[in-house]
Amino acid sequence: MLISLKWLRSLISCDASPDEIAHRLTMAGLEVEAIEPFHFGLERVVVGSIQSIQQHPAAEHLQVCKVQGSGGILDVVCGAPNVAAGQMVPLALDGARLADGAEIGSAEIHGVFSQGMLCSEKELGLGEDASGIMVLDSNLSPGTPLAEALELDDLVLDIGITPNRADCLSLVGIAREVAALFDLPWSLPPISLKESGPPVETLTSVTIEDPDLCPRYAARVVQNITIKPSPLWLRQRLEAQGIRAINNIVDVTNYVMLELGQPLHAFDFHRLDGNRIVVRRAQANETFVTLDGQKHELQQDMLLICDASHGVALAGIMGGLDSEIAPDTNTVLIESAHFQPTGTRRTAKALGMSTESSYRFERRVDPEGVLTALDRAAQLMVELGDGELAAGCIDVYPVPIGQESIQLKVSKTNRFLGTDLTREEICKHLESIQLKVSTAEEDLLVVDPPSFRADLSREVDLMEEVARLAGYDRIPSASPMARLASAKPAQDQVIRQQSKQLLATHGFCEIVSYSFISAQSVDLLRLEEDDPRRRLLPLRNPLSEEQAVMRTSLVPGMLETAARNQRQNNFNLRLVEISKVFFSRGAEELPEERFNLCGLLSGTRRPLGWNEPAESVDFFDIKGALEALFLGLGVADIRWADTNPAPYLKPDAAACLFLADSCLGDLGEVHPRVLEDFDLKGPIYIFDIDFDLLMENTVSLKKFKPLPRFPAVNRDLAIVVSGTVAAQDLLDYLEKHRPQYSESITLFDQYHGKQLEEGKKSLAFRITYRSGKRSLTDLEVNEIHTAFGQKVIAAFQAEIRS
Amino acid sequence: MKQEIDTLLQETIERLATIDKAKDVERLRIAVLGRKGTLSHLFKKLGESPAEERPVLGKILNETRVRLESAFEEAKSRTTSVSAHSTALDISLPGRLPYLGHLHPITQVSMEIAEIFQRLGFEVVEGPDVELDYYNFEALNIPKDHPARDMQDTFYVTDNIVLRTHTSPIQVRVMEKQPPPVRIIAPGKAYRCDSDVTHTPMFHQVEGLMVDKDVSFGDLKGVLTVFVHQMFGADVDLRFRPSFFPFTEPSAEVDIQCVMCRGEGCRVCSETGWLEILGSGMVDPEVFKMVGYDPEEVTGYAFGMGIERIAMLKYGINDLRLFFDNDLRFLEQF
Repeated sequence: MLISLKWLRSLISCDASPDEIAHRLTMAGLEVEAIEPFHFGLERVVVGSIQSIQQHPAAEHLQVCKVQGSGGILDVVCGAPNVAAGQMVPLALDGARLADGAEIGSAEIHGVFSQGMLCSEKELGLGEDASGIMVLDSNLSPGTPLAEALELDDLVLDIGITPNRADCLSLVGIAREVAALFDLPWSLPPISLKESGPPVETLTSVTIEDPDLCPRYAARVVQNITIKPSPLWLRQRLEAQGIRAINNIVDVTNYVMLELGQPLHAFDFHRLDGNRIVVRRAQANETFVTLDGQKHELQQDMLLICDASHGVALAGIMGGLDSEIAPDTNTVLIESAHFQPTGTRRTAKALGMSTESSYRFERRVDPEGVLTALDRAAQLMVELGDGELAAGCIDVYPVPIGQESIQLKVSKTNRFLGTDLTREEICKHLESIQLKVSTAEEDLLVVDPPSFRADLSREVDLMEEVARLAGYDRIPSASPMARLASAKPAQDQVIRQQSKQLLATHGFCEIVSYSFISAQSVDLLRLEEDDPRRRLLPLRNPLSEEQAVMRTSLVPGMLETAARNQRQNNFNLRLVEISKVFFSRGAEELPEERFNLCGLLSGTRRPLGWNEPAESVDFFDIKGALEALFLGLGVADIRWADTNPAPYLKPDAAACLFLADSCLGDLGEVHPRVLEDFDLKGPIYIFDIDFDLLMENTVSLKKFKPLPRFPAVNRDLAIVVSGTVAAQDLLDYLEKHRPQYSESITLFDQYHGKQLEEGKKSLAFRITYRSGKRSLTDLEVNEIHTAFGQKVIAAFQAEIRS
Repeated sequence: MKQEIDTLLQETIERLATIDKAKDVERLRIAVLGRKGTLSHLFKKLGESPAEERPVLGKILNETRVRLESAFEEAKSRTTSVSAHSTALDISLPGRLPYLGHLHPITQVSMEIAEIFQRLGFEVVEGPDVELDYYNFEALNIPKDHPARDMQDTFYVTDNIVLRTHTSPIQVRVMEKQPPPVRIIAPGKAYRCDSDVTHTPMFHQVEGLMVDKDVSFGDLKGVLTVFVHQMFGADVDLRFRPSFFPFTEPSAEVDIQCVMCRGEGCRVCSETGWLEILGSGMVDPEVFKMVGYDPEEVTGYAFGMGIERIAMLKYGINDLRLFFDNDLRFLEQF
């Protein structure tokens, strides 16, 4: 809400500086977001006095004027038809900026050097008149800045009005607050009416058919009015507060709305069929064209202002095209009504409209301010349009809107706020904003809020007013009391945090990407038709196609992040994200939300260094990263299988992870076609894990095992098997048939090549033997180890590699 | 005897010149100056020499010891200095560094906030990102046709399902499940359909709620003052300013003294010297009624803050969108 400081000061004489006013308002809950000078565009425009005029030597339609400005006499070339010696005119000097943004500079015009420009109203943005230069009051002194001469130098406060403070959506509302904060008197502009026309009842009538949506409707009629532009002072006030001037009648309705907060509408009386007003709900399939030319399909719960036959205004939102004020309008019916807030809001929302009027009605306008605004508008229209006001006004208000008294306990207020205010102080604060307060008991006040403060209906509302007027800064801060038996953090949060830390320890950078993705992403990942990741949850109003559905996988966001980084020449990527994915469960159900863990590796295994080989990461780097995580979390029994890995991975460089019988996720090298679709340079390795499932299997308690007291003996076993045997199969076998005293079995080498038969490979295991009771002898270990080797060979049709 | 002493001195100095390892210097020092070393042997021999020569020889021996000691001292410092190893180990070469991992600044700040409140006895809870309209709005005293809905641009899934526009619905879910007292904070993602220089469609918030008997506005001020001082430093000034949220009454915005200009006024704080960092207030009685708490029995306060905002102020980040671009050059700074 913009508030002209000049206009404000015409209602309340407050000497405080603009900064001080802004500060006090802000600290009382009316946040002043900015203080802006208004009409700064008139800088370097001054009053000029035309001394003499000569015909331009080279251009017939131009004249050369000698103009007295702030300094000496300037030569200014001018083409306006109305220019004459002796006039006071706006003189734009070097560096001035016109309303259209053009900057004035000295320039040669057909051989004559022009040192400025004489301007029209339109060129200065002061009005629509472009027919000639603007002629100013001859009493002005040359050189005065034009803004000062026209009293346009103003400051505008931009105040953020919260939805509960509808009463502050007007100048008067702000004046009331300033008065309370500075303890100053203020007054409404005096209204005096000259009712020279016939009784209004003989001209028109108002019928309210739906008082639930329109509890009050008042009207006056002004006859024999002249439509013309408003005077500059009025236009200036409107435009300072961001409203474009149109003509004297429309401007008055807007002016009074800004001043008093009551939106008004002016109808061309003679274009109202039957010259009367009927307030009713729209009929089924009724259409209506608003004055902006838009045609609207109405619904039956929308309130329409009608004449005898058809709609003339969308109640409280916008007038109709057919009855708007036109240059030939002669008689005006002024509407000042109270429209019910939620009804107005519903209609405006449904039609996608928001106007200054609907904005106010949605937040509630003072029902008792209807007549004041009507009279104020009538007075101004008579004054500015030379009209004749019909006698009396129509005021249909079948059921007055009442407000209930509120009880307020002093002791409770102090307990709630943590204050020590006396009853008198509380009364003083409440009375300062025009609440009627009476003392019922020692500790109990009865408060009647004014009609413009419908937001005050409960005890707590009054406590807030007391707090805000006393000043939040005067409420003492209490020392927080910590509860000793504080709750233990939830296990899932702890494990998520721990996993992020573990992965960071292994060089991963955590990313945070958007929860929404493009619906096409699942196609780019080549997911099967029945893949659960196709259970997408679409947004009804997405910002773009790229962010249209909630993600069912972290992979698209991860690949896009990698691509974005590659475009910035970041090729050594170790990225990880732990975030939610969302699976639709049908339209009216909340989706299933699960945490997933996705990681990506690409580029070199170690940072560039003077003695580092620049090796690229491979499958076993990403597998190792996961294994390290599982070790850190205490997750055992993970199975790796190459059956059916995710379709976005290269089939021969990918694996699925199983925990018990559930598939935990996938890892592997991203498929070249997917790389291409995401605009990525490979190879890129990725894993994607159902983190919630992983978490359920995490061992939270670590158990101590006593350290061994006797030495270990290591023996290696290298076995040559067919290339098709998986290392895991051998490992599984070895684990299952562990020899006596074996403590651990580790695969430490794989070889295939020249030294072996074609199609064979050698796998080498280190077996550690140890007894808990005594030192083992070489002899007995050799015996066990050899026997074990033979057993393995037999099981796998293998041979021992010597 | 004198001959012997001179030879020892000369040979030792010559040998020292060829030694470039500190441990060889030490070995030689022990051999010459040690308790059973050559010089000690010569001192013993002093007793066997003629009595008239002894004072002279003794003097020479003592002088020799001083010269040898200083020669070893010099050799020791020479062999332990960096340049001596130019061919062997240049310890000035950079070490073999692994890739260093980084937690996202949002995670780091979120953890820091959570830790501050956990120390004050708050429990961390979470809730769904996709939320019922009821929890996101209605139970928070924002009915369907209330203008306060304009304060938030909502992503809708259906008429009744939204992406939560704030983390406040978690308050309601917690209060529905447990009787007072309640002392929670709830971090998480929130969504609003707004995207420009200062808004991203997804962002992060931390919500706080405390409900008990006789919790006052002064308590709210107290706990948030502690938070600001721990987060931004004990010398940072803060102020509480009246505002409006449908689910609190009275409501307060909290401003801190601008961390860039220390309140002098700068571009970051729009010359005001203050930066808005969080919204707060006393829980509105309507919210208590919705979850079946008796507003005559308990009172409480709630607060909520944007994590990105806090992170921007803490680290001096000037562009919100950097958080979600995930450019390595950004992530590696934290």
